[in-house]
Amino acid sequence: MYKYFLRYVISVLFLLGISGQANAEFKVGFVYVGPTGDHGWTYQHDEGRKAVEAAGIKTTYVESVPEGADAERVIRQLAQSGHDLIFTTSFGYMDPTNKVAKDFPNVKFEHATGYKREHSNVSTYSARFYEGRTLLGHMAGKMTKTNVIGYIASFPIPEVIRGINAMTLAAQKVNPDIKTKIVWVFTWYDPGKESEAAQALIDQGADIIMQHTDSTAPVQVAEKAGVWSFGQASDMQRFAPKSILTSIIDDWAPYYVERSIAARDGTWKQQDTWHGLKEGMVAMAPYNSAMGSDLVKEVEQLQKDLASGKTHSFTGPIYDQKGNILVAAGSVADDGMLAGMNVYVKGVEGDIPQ
Amino acid sequence: MSFDINFIGILIGAIMASSVPLILAACGELITERSGVLNLGVEGMMIIGAISGFALMVVTDNLFLAVMGSMLSGLIISIIFALLTQSLLTNHVATGLALTIFGIGMSAMIGKNFVGIPGKEFPLLFVSLKESVPFFGPIFFGHSIILYFAFLLPFLTNYFLKNTKVGLIVRAVGDSPTSASNQGINVLLVRYSCILYGGAMCGLAGAYLSLIYTPQWIENMTGGRGWIALALVVFATWSPIKVLIGALIFGGITILQLHMQAVGLRIPVQLLSALPYIMTIIVLVVISRDSRKIKLNTPTSLGQIFYKEK
Repeated sequence: MYKYFLRYVISVLFLLGISGQANAEFKVGFVYVGPTGDHGWTYQHDEGRKAVEAAGIKTTYVESVPEGADAERVIRQLAQSGHDLIFTTSFGYMDPTNKVAKDFPNVKFEHATGYKREHSNVSTYSARFYEGRTLLGHMAGKMTKTNVIGYIASFPIPEVIRGINAMTLAAQKVNPDIKTKIVWVFTWYDPGKESEAAQALIDQGADIIMQHTDSTAPVQVAEKAGVWSFGQASDMQRFAPKSILTSIIDDWAPYYVERSIAARDGTWKQQDTWHGLKEGMVAMAPYNSAMGSDLVKEVEQLQKDLASGKTHSFTGPIYDQKGNILVAAGSVADDGMLAGMNVYVKGVEGDIPQ
Repeated sequence: MSFDINFIGILIGAIMASSVPLILAACGELITERSGVLNLGVEGMMIIGAISGFALMVVTDNLFLAVMGSMLSGLIISIIFALLTQSLLTNHVATGLALTIFGIGMSAMIGKNFVGIPGKEFPLLFVSLKESVPFFGPIFFGHSIILYFAFLLPFLTNYFLKNTKVGLIVRAVGDSPTSASNQGINVLLVRYSCILYGGAMCGLAGAYLSLIYTPQWIENMTGGRGWIALALVVFATWSPIKVLIGALIFGGITILQLHMQAVGLRIPVQLLSALPYIMTIIVLVVISRDSRKIKLNTPTSLGQIFYKEK
């Protein structure tokens, strides 16, 4: 008898628990590809999450989630445990996000840097980092003595190729002799490998080091070797105070706060966001005065022009490596072309890994 | 590619620097395994060493204390493994895996407050000679003391195992703990010591990463090097000298393939990235073909649970 009573109590408590969850407060979940302590990509997303929290909305996050099967499990878990809005913050989460979104029509999903919105509850967002790369290219072209720019690349996806191209085009404009040397490390985050890649590029004559990976290792190698470098995703200045000319900063906070509030208040709508310098999703860390006040002024002007739309990172004529025209003289690349970019422009050495 | 002689010297110096953590961790693990204990927790002990070294450096501002502390913390965490596998007789493989997972999680937790702090300059020896002597300068000079130690270690380990009485005891315990025990050897004491020594060396390997190689703390910064060290021990058929060769080949091809990319050689990058793993295995398999020698070097009781019947 006592046993039955106990079972009754437990099941009542269980039901209460479920109904409690159904009325649970509004919650936002985040899925990160790296650790929040990477001081780069994931760190900046987490800064955005903290801003959402500061706006009075409850958040949770899962860090270091590998792209692939694990990602789907984590996203599904977040959706099941009562999260109303889920940000998935890496390119490789694209398919898992859409897959889970199909099964949870009442949960909203926001996928960073992707292009698939297969269901009405999936939005995508990204930042026009290539605008920042244009500024980097301008500085690199002016500052290099060896005319070799070293570029540490992660994965051959449009996002990364776009950055390489934007940088090269801007550098060529101010210095037609420059060469871009690229090392693919096939990781977003491995300090050891990134520093070895930086060292290899420096040994090959590069006196400018640029990275599309997330750790601070490359800028530290550059500092030690006495060459120039640029920080990635967050202001990495204190890791290489002499070497860093500036950093491209990803500022997700305003977007995260805006979308979270919209979802809570029921005004959330599917959209594809691509913000840049103008909206502040891409920001530049203070410029290093070592490059001279004239160049700083030049770059600041270019930054203003990019933000106002007066200048575009991909203004024709632009040729691919074989000399075929990609963008005609006088016109600019449209967003569709930018989003799917998979060829190098003229002046980049080597092939894109397939 | 500019192939002047100095450049090759610089390249060899870089290769040596990148193989140090592998040599240290593998030599430590080698002693552990020669005593018959399979500790898969190398990665975990390394990362604990990395964070402890870095944290101590930040707190005490003393690099000597930081290095010693990293070894001590590697040693302490290996005590957990020793207690579980030797005294409580748990499975070596499962316990080692748990140690790695524990180490990674624990280091991330400790490390939360140490993210984003730049490291301190680690003193390098003979820097002036590095600059002035052509070719040999960048190879032999301008390294940290830990690098010199790492390159001495395989030879010391070899001598220890082959030519000392204690080394013989370690091997005896690894080959047949029961007979060793019957000979009056305290098997537990030997295995505990070997595990603790392995832990200390892994801790040092971690400190090399966080204090010298990439002087900073970042989560997961060992990036799988512990697993490579483990594999090296097996492919080197438990010979310290072959561990050294394997580590140099691995480090060498890792660095060389980056140079080949930077030069713009038209070889698929994915193949280049896989090259260090493939080449290291091939070379070690080829130089370890002698099955008689493999038998001689392989600790027969590796991974088996030993308990003394009373």
